[in-house]
Amino acid sequence: MRVGPGAYLLLSAILFAIGVAGVLIRRNAIVVFMCIELMLNAVNLSFITFAKTNGSLDGQVLAFFVMVVAAAEVVVGLGILVAIFRKRSSTSVDDVNLLKG
Amino acid sequence: MTTYFQAYGTFAALLVLSIAFVAVAFGANRLLRPNRPTPGKLTTYESGMDPVGTTWSQTQIRYYVFAFLFVIFDVESVFLFPWALVFADIGVAAFWEMVVFIGVLAIGLLYAFKKGVLRWA
Amino acid sequence: MHPLAQATTQPLPLPEVDWRAIAPELALAVAGVVLLLVVAFWPRAGRGVLAGLTLAGLAAAAALTVWNWDLERVAFEGAVSLDGITRYARAVLLAVGALATLMVAQGDSREGEPDDSPPEVFPLLLFALLGMVLLAAASDLLVVFIALEILSLSLYVMAGETRRLAAQEAAMKYFLLGAFSSAFLLYGIALCYGATGSTNLLEIADATGDPTADGTLLLAGVGLLAVGFLFKVSAVPFHMWTPDVYQGTPTPVAAFMAAATKVAGFAVFLRVFAGALGGLVVSWRPVIAGAAVLTMLVGAALAVVQTDLKRMLAYSSISHAGYLLVGVAAAATVPAGVSASMFYLLTYAFMVMGAFMVVQYVSRLGPPDDDAIGERSSLEDYRGLARRHPWAAGLLAVFMLALTGIPPLSGFWAKYYVFLAGIEAGLTWLVVVAVISSVISAFFYLRVLVVAYLQEPVGDPGAETAPGRTPALGVALGLAGLLTVAIGLAPEALIAAARSAERILG
Repeated sequence: MRVGPGAYLLLSAILFAIGVAGVLIRRNAIVVFMCIELMLNAVNLSFITFAKTNGSLDGQVLAFFVMVVAAAEVVVGLGILVAIFRKRSSTSVDDVNLLKG
Repeated sequence: MTTYFQAYGTFAALLVLSIAFVAVAFGANRLLRPNRPTPGKLTTYESGMDPVGTTWSQTQIRYYVFAFLFVIFDVESVFLFPWALVFADIGVAAFWEMVVFIGVLAIGLLYAFKKGVLRWA
Repeated sequence: MHPLAQATTQPLPLPEVDWRAIAPELALAVAGVVLLLVVAFWPRAGRGVLAGLTLAGLAAAAALTVWNWDLERVAFEGAVSLDGITRYARAVLLAVGALATLMVAQGDSREGEPDDSPPEVFPLLLFALLGMVLLAAASDLLVVFIALEILSLSLYVMAGETRRLAAQEAAMKYFLLGAFSSAFLLYGIALCYGATGSTNLLEIADATGDPTADGTLLLAGVGLLAVGFLFKVSAVPFHMWTPDVYQGTPTPVAAFMAAATKVAGFAVFLRVFAGALGGLVVSWRPVIAGAAVLTMLVGAALAVVQTDLKRMLAYSSISHAGYLLVGVAAAATVPAGVSASMFYLLTYAFMVMGAFMVVQYVSRLGPPDDDAIGERSSLEDYRGLARRHPWAAGLLAVFMLALTGIPPLSGFWAKYYVFLAGIEAGLTWLVVVAVISSVISAFFYLRVLVVAYLQEPVGDPGAETAPGRTPALGVALGLAGLLTVAIGLAPEALIAAARSAERILG
């Protein structure tokens, strides 16, 4: 049997939805961040699938760029989180409540 | 349908077999051996030393900078592999493009070096 | 056969490298890298030197933009297109960058007190501008994504540039929500690619007219693209991050974000929606129009209850995003919508930067606040400003009246042209909502002036410390005020220049 592109797209959509749910539900900034990475990688799966169905390389090239951008995002994001953690020893987004009004 | 799952069938059989092997070996061992525990025998084995502290120790946070720097090389390799595949077709232009790309990344590393994050503090 | 394996057997088509087309971007990139090396190898370089080098880089990019002014072409196999939007956005962004450099150079420094923000903010400013300028020129969704990430990653770091807890909190919020929205945008790109078989905007434009294309997939993709863009331009219901980030981040960075991110974000919004997806206008116009209504009304209504000027400006920037969305909604069918939006961005950028400059000036009066929030931007601090600092109060009045849209200042003409385009596109009801929102917004803009001009200063005026010498900020304030008045007195030349932006290349 060949597993059709529909199955991969469905898996990608499910993974993306899990990521969205995680961002909205979880309170730890690092876990929220991991969920965002999950969303990006779910999109990568879509890109690869579409590259296969469209028969063009663009999707695979895009997936490479997404991987690189995700890596750069990790560095910036964790840098910010470490800076905050050093100041207040907590990475819960509920503790970040200085700014409101 | 069938060929797809047959390919995974071999893997599944191997998985079942390996689990069974471990289970049988440990099960037979347990049935046959005598059981006389002493406090010394029950401590965690740590290469002959007395175990110290809890198992849930935390890693020094200063290592995170090295993880960040790793990303420079990570990014480099993501583009180096496809580049190597088509390098022969493109030739000199591809070479110089990669030199520029690595040059930019190297400047990042140089900046980190100058800022002293590579020094062991 | 595997697509990658095919690529090795066929000769690979290499896109022609069109150096001239991206010359301004290259200048910014080189200047940013050079500045990074200067910061690393010459740690004692003063802020004046770094600001001078940054301005030199911006000047080089501006010169190359002028050199490319009449160039109209699609470069790099359709990845970058040079058209009116590109050149107009380049010019506005570089001007905004110069003003932001002056504000950053002034920083928070006072007499005998070192500045808190690190010198790396200058190269970061250039990298952010590089991403913005590239975003305005991008005509391939891959380039859109990369440019957006270049500017976002630089801004995340800039937002947390000082050691103040509020700034770091702002950086964290901006980062988490920004990355979240990038993921939505990316999924939209993936679905558009799946539906049309290309990420190139020209080819997507062709495919939208093709009845055999997968309509559902494409519409889902367009919806997700809209979510991503609306997040970036801080439109309701994706605006939650804006007030917190603008309040927490240092004022120069907040000004840069408010002005430059909007210019770049709306340039790409226009190119993608009014340009490439113009064929689907019936499908997306109700969504954009609905977001515009919410954005205008919620932004104006929430600005009324703010007691902090930076927060108020954040909500005001949200409501201005709403007026711009009216332009975007009109732009697909009425070319004047494109030029009106670009002209709006030009005027808005200088008005809002000027307002933030006054905030930066006033926050220097009085002792430095050791409160974690850090900067003095409460409305209380503006009581009786006119008596103490008539020049600052006068400029504050110019910017507030311009933001309200009082003629003959520039803000009036910006609104006038956008509303005209909206009516021409048959969106009269939307323009009526926009006018109502403008009337609400007049209340909170004018309240600032009432506080500054009619109320007595609190406390002992002698306790107030001098603002210190502020040469860079003074020049920036003068330029922003001059532009706001000058554009208002002679809008014709600039709206004529914007008209050349109406033809979108892909």
